[in-house]
Amino acid sequence: MSRESSPLWEVFVRARRGLSHTHVGSLHAPDAELALRNARDVYTRRQEGVSIWVVPAAAITASSPDEKDAFFEPAADKVYRHPTFYEVPDGVAHL
Amino acid sequence: MYGNDFSAPDDAPGGGLLGEVEAAEAALREAAARARRGGPAPDEDLEAYFADVIDADQKIEPRDWMPEAYRKTLIRQIAQHAHSEIIGMQPEGNWISRAPSLKRKAILLAKVQDEAGHGLYLYAAAETLGVSRDELVELLISGRQKYSSIFNYPTLTWADVGAIGWLVDGAAIVNQVPLCRCSYGPYARAMIRVCKEESFHQRQGYEILHTLAHGTPGQKAMAQDAVDRWWYPSLAMFGPPDGDSTHSAQSMAWKIKRFSNDDLRQRFVDMCVQQAEILGLRIPDPDLRWNDERQAYDYTQPDYDELMQVIKGNGPCNRQRMEHRRRAHADGAWVREAAAAYAAKRSANNKEKVAA
Amino acid sequence: MTGSFDFVLSLGDDALIAAQRLGEWTSRAPEMEEDIALANIALDQLGAARLLLTYAGELEGAGRDEDALAFLRDDREFRNCLLVELPNGDFAVTMAKLFFLSAYQLPLYTALAGCADERLAAIGAKARKESAYHLDHAALWVKRLGDGTEESHRRMQAAVDEVWPYTHELFAADPAAPVDPATLRADFDATVSTVLAEATLTRPETGWTPGGGRDGVHTEHVSYLLAEMQVLHRAHPGAKW
Repeated sequence: MSRESSPLWEVFVRARRGLSHTHVGSLHAPDAELALRNARDVYTRRQEGVSIWVVPAAAITASSPDEKDAFFEPAADKVYRHPTFYEVPDGVAHL
Repeated sequence: MYGNDFSAPDDAPGGGLLGEVEAAEAALREAAARARRGGPAPDEDLEAYFADVIDADQKIEPRDWMPEAYRKTLIRQIAQHAHSEIIGMQPEGNWISRAPSLKRKAILLAKVQDEAGHGLYLYAAAETLGVSRDELVELLISGRQKYSSIFNYPTLTWADVGAIGWLVDGAAIVNQVPLCRCSYGPYARAMIRVCKEESFHQRQGYEILHTLAHGTPGQKAMAQDAVDRWWYPSLAMFGPPDGDSTHSAQSMAWKIKRFSNDDLRQRFVDMCVQQAEILGLRIPDPDLRWNDERQAYDYTQPDYDELMQVIKGNGPCNRQRMEHRRRAHADGAWVREAAAAYAAKRSANNKEKVAA
Repeated sequence: MTGSFDFVLSLGDDALIAAQRLGEWTSRAPEMEEDIALANIALDQLGAARLLLTYAGELEGAGRDEDALAFLRDDREFRNCLLVELPNGDFAVTMAKLFFLSAYQLPLYTALAGCADERLAAIGAKARKESAYHLDHAALWVKRLGDGTEESHRRMQAAVDEVWPYTHELFAADPAAPVDPATLRADFDATVSTVLAEATLTRPETGWTPGGGRDGVHTEHVSYLLAEMQVLHRAHPGAKW
């Protein structure tokens, strides 16, 4: 099996105007252009109106164990991805 | 995405399992907000420091010191979870081309796509533990790491897509919701994201079955047949009974795992009974009945010998699923090589450009 | 020659058959990230197909909805171009098909966005943005495969050569249509030339120009595609899903 050289990229998304970019996760891509495209598909499937940064993970110098943790909030684009899109018959619990 | 026939999502906080995911998310935020200690003092015992963080319900993060066994356990568990998402695309993907309406086709495509996304989040979480995705993919393809046995059963009819959504995704959520509180930060965060999306999967499955169960006699029979075939394999998803489970005790102590296999299985059964009643479908267990003393349902255990056989590679679709994955990986090799070669040429020519 | 119904139906069928083919890639893409991207494009095409087929059904006025049009017409009643029904082939063939299709759909939807028919204009405005993304994605891969390894170059050139003849059908003149496809050719040619050149690929000579899709005369592939797509829906007449 050939050794693949598809580096890891860290993805940062600005969810809405007025917010700063937030780390949402990582992905693999052979170059920056593809990483950016992939980030759109992977991390904004439920969002729109976002700005994305991709940074080669290898370019990040990490400090200490004390990291700040990022959260991600899916927004409403493809509403059928959201559980509330589905009609749950009256009285069904735990779904 | 297109579609004007979709109503706006309801903003009300979710009840049930979705509510628990949100609670886990809130707890994660809260733990992060609590005054937390930094790294260990220079002369501090690392194991004591690690135990301290776990005891305080704080998260272990990638660059923290951790016992080697903790790291290995997490890599194995997260990788198997990731593999399951990727292999899990196949049984349902089997029905994309034949979905019976365009709306169902769109929903199913989006669902299977989500599974690829979940696999990807999880591989990324595993990578924070110092293993590469290439290595993990290799472990899957060579059969040295497993994926959930449930995906070695075939999807024979359209109703199976519904049954997978309701029962298999339902069982997966019951299993996974506690993982949103897992002690390892990247895994807990990935699980919160995954569980929120899985909830859509479970509901779309339930909706498919509900429509079938209230449709023509042929559709209703199809739905019942699917539930008959998927019920026991879904119960087996929680793993062997507690007495036989090898990894449980240490994982519980490390707060990687938070409830026992049997506890989670019971919880799943208790949830399903009422949901099946509303569907108008029968759970294929003649001994299923409420036990007032235990305040839970008595039920028939799945066939654990069958589970062991499937784990060993002797389920109906083990070979097919692995062959499919191997072929996709092999067929894509020239594309991945081309992209790498192109990137190498470019970076030789110009300085790597980072998107702004 | 073309009434609005036929025109809208043909665009809807293009999108539907393209979505059906792209959906076949699910769980088979060269990389996980690409699996997700192809599914996104399939979802866009399917979304456009649903809007277009719904509108076509309204124009026809015979009570057919998107599903009646998708699942209950026979092969000879489909109006899609041959390009979209061709089998996926390897990843290079799929990217060649997507590249040519989106290089046609982008100027098409852009022109539709400004047409007099409000419904079509709204669909065009929405689909245009998606087509731009599809074109971007396909062009990106055509360049990487064309200028990647020797093998990928060979495969990509072969794919372009194989698919190219089927592009001519897209631009058959139809002056009565809301947008005459012949007017889109210059835009398409410019895009194709630029990208192929950058990909170090040769644009094929024009020789054989197969067609007939718009008249319901298809390749042998379409019957199999429809048999699979329609089998379940047709097995339960009148059922709700």
